[in-house]
Amino acid sequence: MNAPNKFNWPGWLVFGAILVFWEITSRGLPKLQLYIPPISQIFWALGQLLLSGTIAKHLSVSLARFLEGYLLAAAIAVALGIVLGYFRSLHSWLEMLIEFLRPMPSVAIIPVAVLILGIGDSMIVAVTVYASMWPVLVNTIEGVRHIESTLIDTARTFGLSRRRILWQIILPGASSYIVTGLRIGLSIALILVTTAEMVVGSKGLGFFILDEERSMNSANMYAGIVLVAVLGYALNRGFLTLEGKAMKWHHSMIAREAA
Amino acid sequence: MTGRSSKLNGLLFVLGLAVVWELTAQAQLINPLVVPPLSKILRIFWELSWSGQIPWQIIVSMKRAAVGYFLAAAVFIPLGIFMGLSPRIHRMLEVVVEMLRPVPPPVVIPVAMLLFGLEDEMKIFVIFFSCAWPILLNTIDGVRNLDWVLLNTAKTFGLSRRRIIRQVILPACSPQIVTGLRVSLPIMLILVVISEMVGSTDGIGYFILDSQRRFRVPQMYAGMLALAILGYTLNQIFNLLQRALLPWHGGMMRRREEG
Amino acid sequence: MPILEVQDLSKSYRQAGGETTVAIGNISCQVEAGEFVSFVGPSGCGKTTLLMSIAGLLPPTSGRVLVKGSEVAGPPADLVLLFQEYNKSLFAWRSVLGNVRFGLEARGDHSAGAAKKAGDLIELVGLKGFENHYPWELSGGMQQRVAIARALAYEPEVLLMDEPFGSLDALTRLELEDTLLRLWQELRTTILFITHDIEEAIYLSDRIWVLSRRPSRIIQELKIAFPRPRDQVTTRADTRFMKIRNDIYRQISHRGAE
Repeated sequence: MNAPNKFNWPGWLVFGAILVFWEITSRGLPKLQLYIPPISQIFWALGQLLLSGTIAKHLSVSLARFLEGYLLAAAIAVALGIVLGYFRSLHSWLEMLIEFLRPMPSVAIIPVAVLILGIGDSMIVAVTVYASMWPVLVNTIEGVRHIESTLIDTARTFGLSRRRILWQIILPGASSYIVTGLRIGLSIALILVTTAEMVVGSKGLGFFILDEERSMNSANMYAGIVLVAVLGYALNRGFLTLEGKAMKWHHSMIAREAA
Repeated sequence: MTGRSSKLNGLLFVLGLAVVWELTAQAQLINPLVVPPLSKILRIFWELSWSGQIPWQIIVSMKRAAVGYFLAAAVFIPLGIFMGLSPRIHRMLEVVVEMLRPVPPPVVIPVAMLLFGLEDEMKIFVIFFSCAWPILLNTIDGVRNLDWVLLNTAKTFGLSRRRIIRQVILPACSPQIVTGLRVSLPIMLILVVISEMVGSTDGIGYFILDSQRRFRVPQMYAGMLALAILGYTLNQIFNLLQRALLPWHGGMMRRREEG
Repeated sequence: MPILEVQDLSKSYRQAGGETTVAIGNISCQVEAGEFVSFVGPSGCGKTTLLMSIAGLLPPTSGRVLVKGSEVAGPPADLVLLFQEYNKSLFAWRSVLGNVRFGLEARGDHSAGAAKKAGDLIELVGLKGFENHYPWELSGGMQQRVAIARALAYEPEVLLMDEPFGSLDALTRLELEDTLLRLWQELRTTILFITHDIEEAIYLSDRIWVLSRRPSRIIQELKIAFPRPRDQVTTRADTRFMKIRNDIYRQISHRGAE
């Protein structure tokens, strides 16, 4: 096990060596440069794109679609998941439908969405919601179900209101499952937004990357990919931070209500 | 709620939904161009399956998917074992892995298109890249979680390092490795569909999108149905194989759950 | 020539904070072929570390171990260590027969006769009929017997056993003690046994070394001369049995305070 705060010298050295190798090989083989441009060129392109504001437009569009789709999906799926997890009879009605729809890759919904909603923002948000919903829903149901029924019954005999049962027993009990689902949903939402933008794009990072590929501007294409990766990384980090804060908030709320 | 009555509920609900779909579509309450009657979809699905068109597209897709998937397994399982066994190698490669991981897989498609055009190799590359991380990370985890007692037992019997890997480490980690392979399965399916939608002239993903573009709407839905069936079948095959190859694991897990 | 010789063995660890813990202070002893010897000591005195060092799984800080005259630099070919956590050491993916066969395979025996030999050993430890069961299907005592059978399948000249019966219930423990003695008498392996159960050590052994708390040293060596075969009732009823037991107990609880 690595000591937690030790800087990973060998790791960064290997990474740096690969970058250097990339740079040298790419510069040394002009024929290769079209497909794999030198790193310096990619970062130069990235800098240019950021400064000129070209890519900022695409970035904000993608981010907006992502947030709208993901947050909507999270809200719907957690609420629905709690209901279905708690009311098992209700869940039994929907279980087969869920098992039916799950094996189909959610990206296959894109053509239908285009048919119904056209090729605008609403389509992209819709498919994002559809796709991100599944992991959150399934995990939330699982999380609520695994709470011991005796725990809930005990709470009820103590006369706890439905609302208090929800906040003090169900959510904490299911929280780790819900968080897992939300984390998976995060990656899926990003995937769907970029995919939809590639399939029907006129704006957004997904479209940008594909468009630059078609125009053979490989440096710009790679620059766009780097930006998406950074976006993905930032979103993940943001998620972890929020998760930490939310857990603390929840604990303090419980403490307050108990007092 | 017994298992049978809950399954019955689920079935009834799905059938009810199907009936509602059929009636509203027939009565033209929703645009039949956008949502055709279920009967029509099923009829077209049947025809296309018998004519071989849908099965052909599926085979085309699965060929690519399988090559990418197994290639990823062949490369990243051994890599995962080495990284799991050697903290030094793990630290060296850690940064590279963490840099590549946040890249949403679909975003790799334009790169693949640049390098490989629209050929099979493009899809194989995309699937190879996308399935890499679950397989690699799960394998590393499996090796790292091996108990030192198990490893020392192998050593005390005088086994060579190669034999220890083959006869002890590999079987002991196989459940975790299988988890990685299982998680990669839907990823494989999703990516083959996406890559075909973005850059292909055949395959089930292309078929669905193309049907939509030509406004052959029942055909589009038929394609989605085929995809759902494919997803379900792959899951079942995987489960069967898992039970066959890891007969010892299922019982052990069941015993653990019972406590 | 003694089959096993420990010369001035010591083992220390560097902790995460930089300080050094001395697990084994200085241990020297000799074991003759065919003997059954035991180390007895309080918990935490480094018994497992001692066995692991003798088994070549941990390099000593100083001193050396000789097996059949050659210095140990890695797991020696004629020696097997049986771990305390048998459930973690058995191979979950192999049946009982498969686990025992592993011992034979490790010896290089992949012949058709191996299955029969494994079957014989399984019968010897009293698990006939369970050949096709998986380890998780067996009780703790049965699992330990599989581990013993697997170790014996390897036909080691020296068998090291790390508190093998420690986590079993009292009755199973007594049963396995007798099974072990029976096997030992039949196969004439040299056994080095570690336990914190003083009476068990006396019951089983030809000689006992009493260990101090960490850093461990040998504070007493005793020869146990009760006649063999030993018996759970008569041997333990012998007045000298309790006397030896009390003697050792005093040594450990007195020296343990150091």
